[in-house]
Order: sequence, then structure tokens, then C-alpha cells
Amino acid sequence: MRKLALNDEILLKIEKPARYIGGEVNSVMKDPEKVDIRFAMCFPDVYEIGMSHLGIQILYDMFNQWEDVWCERVYSPWIDLDKIMRKEKIPLFALESQDPVKEFDFLGITLQYEMCYTNVLQVLDLAGIPLEAKGRSGEDPIVIGGGPCAYNPEPLAEFFDLFYIGDGETVYRQLLDLYKENKSDSGTRQDYLRKAAEIEGIYVPSLYDVTYNADGTLASFSPSVPHVPKTIKKQMVLSLTDTYYPKRPVVPFIKVTQDRVVLEIQRGCIRGCRFCQAGMLYRPTRERDVEKLKEYASQMLKNTGHEEISLSSLSSSDYSQLKELVDFLIEEFKGKGINISLPSLRIDAFSLDVMERVQDVRKSSLTFAPEAGSQRMRNVINKGLTEEEILTGAGQAFEGGWNKVKLYFMLGLPTETQEDMRAIPELADKIARRYYEIPKEERSGKCQITTSTSFFIPKPFTPFQWARMYSNEEYIARAAIVKHAFNDQLNRKSLKYNWHDAEITVLEGVFARGDRRCSKVLLEAYRLGCIYDAWTEVFDYGKWLKAFEHTGTSMAFYNERERKIDELLPWDFIDIGVTKEFLVREWERAMKGEVTKNCREQCSGCGAARFGGGVCNESKN
Amino acid sequence: MKARIKFRKYGSLRFIGHLDVMRYFQKVMRRSEIPIAFTGGLGVGVTSDGEYLDIELTAPVASERAVAKMNAVMAEGIEVLSFVQIPDEKKYSGMTITAAADYRVTVLESARSAEQTRCIPGILKAQAEHFLGQEEIKVWKTTKRSEMEVDIKPIIYDMQVGDADIRLFLAAGSEHNLKPDLVMEAFLDFCGEEKGAYPFHFHRIDVYAKNPDAWADEKAAHVRGAGLVTLESLGKKIGE
Repeated sequence: MRKLALNDEILLKIEKPARYIGGEVNSVMKDPEKVDIRFAMCFPDVYEIGMSHLGIQILYDMFNQWEDVWCERVYSPWIDLDKIMRKEKIPLFALESQDPVKEFDFLGITLQYEMCYTNVLQVLDLAGIPLEAKGRSGEDPIVIGGGPCAYNPEPLAEFFDLFYIGDGETVYRQLLDLYKENKSDSGTRQDYLRKAAEIEGIYVPSLYDVTYNADGTLASFSPSVPHVPKTIKKQMVLSLTDTYYPKRPVVPFIKVTQDRVVLEIQRGCIRGCRFCQAGMLYRPTRERDVEKLKEYASQMLKNTGHEEISLSSLSSSDYSQLKELVDFLIEEFKGKGINISLPSLRIDAFSLDVMERVQDVRKSSLTFAPEAGSQRMRNVINKGLTEEEILTGAGQAFEGGWNKVKLYFMLGLPTETQEDMRAIPELADKIARRYYEIPKEERSGKCQITTSTSFFIPKPFTPFQWARMYSNEEYIARAAIVKHAFNDQLNRKSLKYNWHDAEITVLEGVFARGDRRCSKVLLEAYRLGCIYDAWTEVFDYGKWLKAFEHTGTSMAFYNERERKIDELLPWDFIDIGVTKEFLVREWERAMKGEVTKNCREQCSGCGAARFGGGVCNESKN
Repeated sequence: MKARIKFRKYGSLRFIGHLDVMRYFQKVMRRSEIPIAFTGGLGVGVTSDGEYLDIELTAPVASERAVAKMNAVMAEGIEVLSFVQIPDEKKYSGMTITAAADYRVTVLESARSAEQTRCIPGILKAQAEHFLGQEEIKVWKTTKRSEMEVDIKPIIYDMQVGDADIRLFLAAGSEHNLKPDLVMEAFLDFCGEEKGAYPFHFHRIDVYAKNPDAWADEKAAHVRGAGLVTLESLGKKIGE
């Protein structure tokens, strides 16, 4: 029988012990004596969130296909267990073997959102690994960061030995082979990091020097040793069809956020919304072959026993074989009681038809993400969704029996005026009016339009990377304007408005575009007790304010100034394929309210064509 | 057609609660391609050799094949023991007919591990007879709505305190339900020991029905007390 790292007394005392026992169906057990490399793959959040992440499942499957590697999973212990582990000095362990993480060769941490950064420190701390990379020895695992936040790794630079920039399916084999080679040559940790830095896509922060100008901006960023590249090139899988995909994903014992089979139909997005980081990072858009996807769907449902399958992509409607895939899924699985869920669909006649076919009960609500209320603002952000399209889509849905709509918007976008803010409730009201145009006897009671706003956060590698943010107070003032305007609407009784807190927004803003000096704030916040900052019941803004104060760090420096086009940005050393020239051009077009066409309508020369694949090659075939 | 699955739960699976085990079995059915249509406990921390789950089949599957297919897709810590056909009438469903359950209670060296047990303390052995000889055994039972004092004496069907373990035979089901931890708490209190003085481990051995029916396979039935038979014995094997 498998041993457990936690004793029964602890397991019976804590919330959801199943988070820590491993042993789930399809989890991989190997003999540690028979592998060369032990890799701990971590999602620095609670089990239910981490287990729902497709990227980790892909890498877990890839690593474990390799005979010389055993990859295991690690998640952040929830605060109840965190306290016990600290008190009883229990080291953080991996779920499969239940062995301490510190004994592993690698600890890979996926960085999906900024608000998990203190959990990264929690994981290192509980594992007994020195928080700062410079304090580690040959006894410690090599700590690797990856995922979207690794595209500006600087706020975390002190805590990681290396960052992996790009799709995980590409250079890991090289990285592991080099590790084995270095070990058999009796090379040191330093030797390994030096050589790893020469692998394309690998960034070893300790091998770079940073200097600053008097005004606090970056003055220089360059390698401190020879043979280390000046720029790090994003690694990309050109053919998603011919790469790894987890046909036997792990099936949790407890209900997790994503409790279903997930089919990634494509990576990237052709749309080019100017606020969207994923839309730029994953260019060019690459589709997975529909026949392959059909095969995966059948195998994965069989191997997991899940009752639901969901498609995953940034914009499912743009997948060229969507109709064929959806028809197949409905025909093949609907009769077997499998639910089919299709998120990120544009609302139009096709998607309404599909939704009608996949749902037995039409209770669910319809979701639109116009992101901005006025057409002017939508042009600025390049969200190619017009009011007419929204009203037509909603109208068709209402006539088809729907009466609930969810709307998502952002506040604080560049050039936003009060008029733009008020346009949000006005649009919600127009949708409600469209509903009440339907004769009373044909509609089902009142409609319910729920509007949510979040605050815009400029992200690296987007055309808005130079944009300024605002203070906490200013954000709340903007939400209040929207709130008041809701009260002025004709159908206000059918409209509901929610807005996000601004405290997390401003912190996320700092770490999204921060530099190496931000690591001090993270360390101090962690020292003051911050973890699980993405969880409102745990988040403590007061401690964060103290951390900024104690380290003499100005939030305004990172958030509230518009950066100059020629300012050296902390992430400029990374080459994602999309050029800075393109981002500048898009920033300028945004200021003029000019719309840029999507990749299929017209190539706008973003630079991603140099990879020679995906949507860039479609018309040339 | 209705079928009854009997399974056992051991090792780390004792940390998975009843609802999650039911969810788990739904997925097992799909993985093993048992054609089911669903119907429907244990607390966290209890291991068991006698867990039941009644299901509705859309097509018959042979008992032995069903057991093999399910165990082929099972996680460690859970094992299907049998798969039998039960009558279609509602009055035979597991929830309605359950009448009793028996448990093995062991005393642990420490609450840290259910693996290391120790001998039953002398005081418990000495007091068992007196405990059961009481006119009534009053305990406080808390429900979602209220707290009330109840007499559990009539629903303790049997209690044997041995050297290695304590065997309990208690009412279970929708009419009367008595959890073994409540009995042990009352027993400790009677012995003048603190609540939690000894870390116990509870292991359910089997579940019984009050149904001396023609359906029961007399030979297989583990008859206990007043016509009580195991839930398993109320079903019959499905042939190929």
C-alpha cells in the first residue's frame, strides 16, 4: 500500500484530505530507483484549482511517457494544512510518491496569474528550499518557472533558477538530457545553469545584470557572462496535431473546478484585441486536426469516466472545423448522457443552434463579452463586436426562449471617458429593451441582464503595455459612475451590476509590469503572512500596503505613469515573435480609434509569420 | 434490471467521503462500460469491508465479468467484492431495507496511524457488562435542527469486548441509525474516561437487512439475530 506523508490525525482534522493523498485514477506511479530524473510539477494554488489546469496535465503526460523521468504533482497546501506543516515541520511532498519535494531533481512551477506569487514562496518555503536562487546548493531541486507570467519573469527573477519561455512541449527533453549529462560529468549546479542558458527559450536570471536610471526606469539589461544570449526566443509547437496530449488525464476523487474532459482545439487567437496578452503570446494561431480531436474525445471519456466534455480555446468560434467537431460530439455522446459544454463561443445563429442541441434544459444564461460599452471604446481596444451584432444575437436568443444574459466589461481602459462608462448600462438597457419587444405572451417572464466589470490591467507584450493604470480610489469612483448610470435606465429592474474589487487589480498591475526590484515587496508581503491572495477570504490588502511601505516601493511608479515608447521595459529581452514595431503601431492606431483586421481577413504583419506555421500559412497552402 | 454492488474501502481511500465515493463510482461505471441508468454512508476516516451501492442496469452483465471490469479501472483503496441482481420492487432497495451494521473497533497506539493497534484496555473490558446492563443508555444526539437526549440501549444489538477489538452490532438505516463513535463515546463516559482518551479506528464489516425473504440465498446469508441477513445475500448472481 502507498504510504502517506501526513498522519491520520492530521488527515482527519483538515478540510478535504483528498487534496493530499494522491492515488487518483490515472495518476502515474514509477519506481524511483528506475528513473534518472524526478520532476515535481507544481501549480501554486489549492488542489481543486491546480487539477483543473490543462497545461499541467499535458506536461505530466509528456514527462511520464519518458522512461527515465517520473513527474509528480504538487499543489499549495490550503491554509489549514499550511499552519500544521509549519508547526510540525512537515516538508512539502509530491502527491504520487508522497516524498519530500526537496529530494527531487526539478521543481517546475506554473505561473498562471500574478496573485499566486506569494504561493510560489509558500511552496518553496514549505519544501525547505531557500527562497532566493542564490542561496541554493546542489542539494536543492532546480526551480523552473513557466506559463504566461513567465513572459515577464522579472518580479520573480530572484526566486527561480531558470524560466522556460514558450510551449512546454518543445525543449524540455533537451533540458533534462543536459541535466543527466552534467550529472554524469560531475558538473555543479552553476555548470548546469550556464549550459542551460544556451538552450533556446531558457532564461537564467542570475546570468544577467540590470542597471537603473535615476528616475527608476531600466537603464540596461544584459548577460553578465559570455555565450549567454541577449534575447530569449519563445519556443513554439508548430503542429499541435503531432504533439503530446493526455489521453489518460488524472481523475480527482473530489470535485474540482474543471471536472470534465477538456479538448484543446487550438492555441492562439486570430482576433488581436489590444488588451489581451494571450492573443499576442500564442501567435500564430494553430489548430488541432479535427480527426485527432475526435479520437482524443472518445479515448479520454473512456479512460476517465467523466460525464462532461468541454472545448478549450481563446475563441472557439474561430476554429475552422467547429461544426464538424460539434456534430460529432453530439451524435456520438449525447445519447450516452455526456454533457457537452462550449465556452467562448460568439453568439450567433450557429452557436445558438448548437447550444439548443447540446442542452436539454434551456435554463443557462447567454454570455457576451463586449469588454467596452461604447463603439468608440471598442474600436480603441480592437474588439470586433458591434452593438448590432450583440443586439441581433441577444434577440435571436430571446426568441429562442433564453431570458438571462451575462455581460462582461472592463473599466479604466486607455482614453476612457465618462461617456464610455455610461455606455455600459446603456447597452445593458438596450438588450433588455430588445427582450421586451417580444410580445408578452411569447416571452417567459422578465429578463435578467447581469453586468460585471473588472478593471483593465495593461500586460506585457500587448499594444497597451505602455498604458497607465489608476489608483484604487479612482477605480472605485469609475465603478460608482457606472452604478449610478444603471439607476437611470428604463429597465433598471431587470439589470444587475457587479464590480470587482480594485485592491487586487492594483497589485496585479504592479507585478504584471514590474521589474526585479519588486521581488523585495513579494518577500516582505510573504514575511508579513500573505498567501492565497487570489482568494478574497484570505487576501489582506493592509499587509500588502505595509510591504510596499517597508521596502520603499512606489505602486504609482509601476502603475500610474504612461511609459514612453523608447523606455527599456523589463521584458524587452524576450522575443515572442510579435515585434515591438507592431505593438507600437497598434498602440498608435488604438489612440486614433482605428480597427485592425483579424489574421484571417488580412495579415497585419505582426512578426509571428517568421515561425512559418499556423494561421500565417493557411492562405499559402 | 437492478443490481447491487458490494465493495470494500481501505487504506487512503478512507479519507474519501460518502458523496465523493458515489461520484467516483459513477465514473467507474463509465470506464468499465457497465450499462447503468443511478440510485444511492460512511463518514470520513472509516474503512469498510461492507459498502453497498444499488444501481439500475439498462442491460444485464454477468456478475463475475462486472466485478473484473470494475476492478480493472479501480484506484488503490477500493475494491468491488460482488455484483448481484436484486428484485426490481422499491421495497428491496438498499436504503429501505437496511436494518443493522456490524463494526470492528480497534484502539490505536496513536491517532496518527490506523495501522498500529493495541490491546483493548482493561477498564473497557471490565466495564462492558455493566455498561450493557444499564436500564437505559442516554446520549445527546445532535441533528441539523436540534439536540436531544435519546436512549440508545435498544438499538445496540450486540457488543463484545475482546482482547484485540470491540465488536459492535448496531441499528442502521432510515428507521434507527446508530453510529459506532457515539456508542464508544457513551462507553468511555460510563467508564469515567475522558472523551478522546483512546484513539479508535472504526471498520465496518457488513450491512444487514431485515428480510427473511425467498430471495435470500439461505446458504450464503450470514444470518445474525432476528432474521437479519447481509444485503449481499438478498441478491442473486447474474450468469453469462
